[in-house]
Amino acid sequence: MASEVKKQLGDNIFLTTLDAAASWARSNSLWPMPFATACCGIELMSTAASRHDLSRFGSEVMRFSPRQCDLMIVAGRVAMKMLPVLQRIWLQMPEPKWCISMGACACSGGVFDTYAVVQGIDRFMPVDVYIPGCPPRPEQLIKAIVDLQEMIKAGGTYDAREFALRDTAEGPARFDEDELIRIRERNGLKLESPKYDPVH
Amino acid sequence: MTLDNSTVGSDVQARLQASLPDVAQTWSTFQGQERVVVPASQILQFLKVCRDVAGFDQLTDLTCVDLLEMQGAVDRFELVYCLLSVDAGTRLIVKTYLNEPNLTVPTATQVWFGADWLEREVYDMFGIVFEGHPNFKRLLLPDEFVSFPLRKDYPQQGRGERHNFPIITRSKS
Repeated sequence: MASEVKKQLGDNIFLTTLDAAASWARSNSLWPMPFATACCGIELMSTAASRHDLSRFGSEVMRFSPRQCDLMIVAGRVAMKMLPVLQRIWLQMPEPKWCISMGACACSGGVFDTYAVVQGIDRFMPVDVYIPGCPPRPEQLIKAIVDLQEMIKAGGTYDAREFALRDTAEGPARFDEDELIRIRERNGLKLESPKYDPVH
Repeated sequence: MTLDNSTVGSDVQARLQASLPDVAQTWSTFQGQERVVVPASQILQFLKVCRDVAGFDQLTDLTCVDLLEMQGAVDRFELVYCLLSVDAGTRLIVKTYLNEPNLTVPTATQVWFGADWLEREVYDMFGIVFEGHPNFKRLLLPDEFVSFPLRKDYPQQGRGERHNFPIITRSKS
């Protein structure tokens, strides 16, 4: 009997879990939402262009509407005026969704340690893969997407249960501006107090 | 048409001084560029005469300098108007000094409407108030911003404005 079934069906049936099947399908058709605000966006375009050809990895379908995407790629610095926009776009994306923080600025603020630039988007929204570099090479972005695919295949669930477990803030804690003063004092550098401060 | 800069400048100076004898004008030249310092209370009157009498029909730039802790500086803010006469090709720098707590000057939008965004930017960065401006609000920074970041006593890393956002966790998004 068993051999008869095998003879009839051959290799056409295999057993797996629903989670694995869903994750396999999702990981091989990631639709990126390019949130490109700076020079990393140029590398992002280059990654999708013919030379590096992101479509080899099944995630070339960039859509400029968050409703149609499931992978947010934040490429570039995020100013404090832009962060509410970024958060809103992230919330508009349908589940399941993932986020790649591309480049030094999106990961940590980069060289822009100023009042106007957010010091890493992971302080205010979840990030799955970080890419270092200023800007990163297209190969690095491809590696990040491959890593993300591996991640989804390894830990993805069909109803996205794994996201419900991530209920705490994952980025660094709120930066304390007095910390700067303490660091300078610890290093023996005196922070001169402003002589004139009418507003505060 | 060739312009003899040395005579053009002095011509402008003579005409402006003749038109406004009661405005204290301090004239100087730096690298062939005419500069004049006038009191803040008379700046609007002076700018109007610059346009109507001296023919400066364009305000190319309006900016501000914070002179806090600068060596030799007496006043806190220096407001700089860069004027251009398109026909004659001459330029004039008009400066005025402002001090706390009176950081108010009349708007130049009634003289050159191009001053609109320039004045809003100066307010945004330095907190200089331009009275009579048709749409006076911040230009670049968000409306909730309370500081004026290009002032020298404002820390470069800010006062926590860049951290003042809600945190979206993965389970809630």
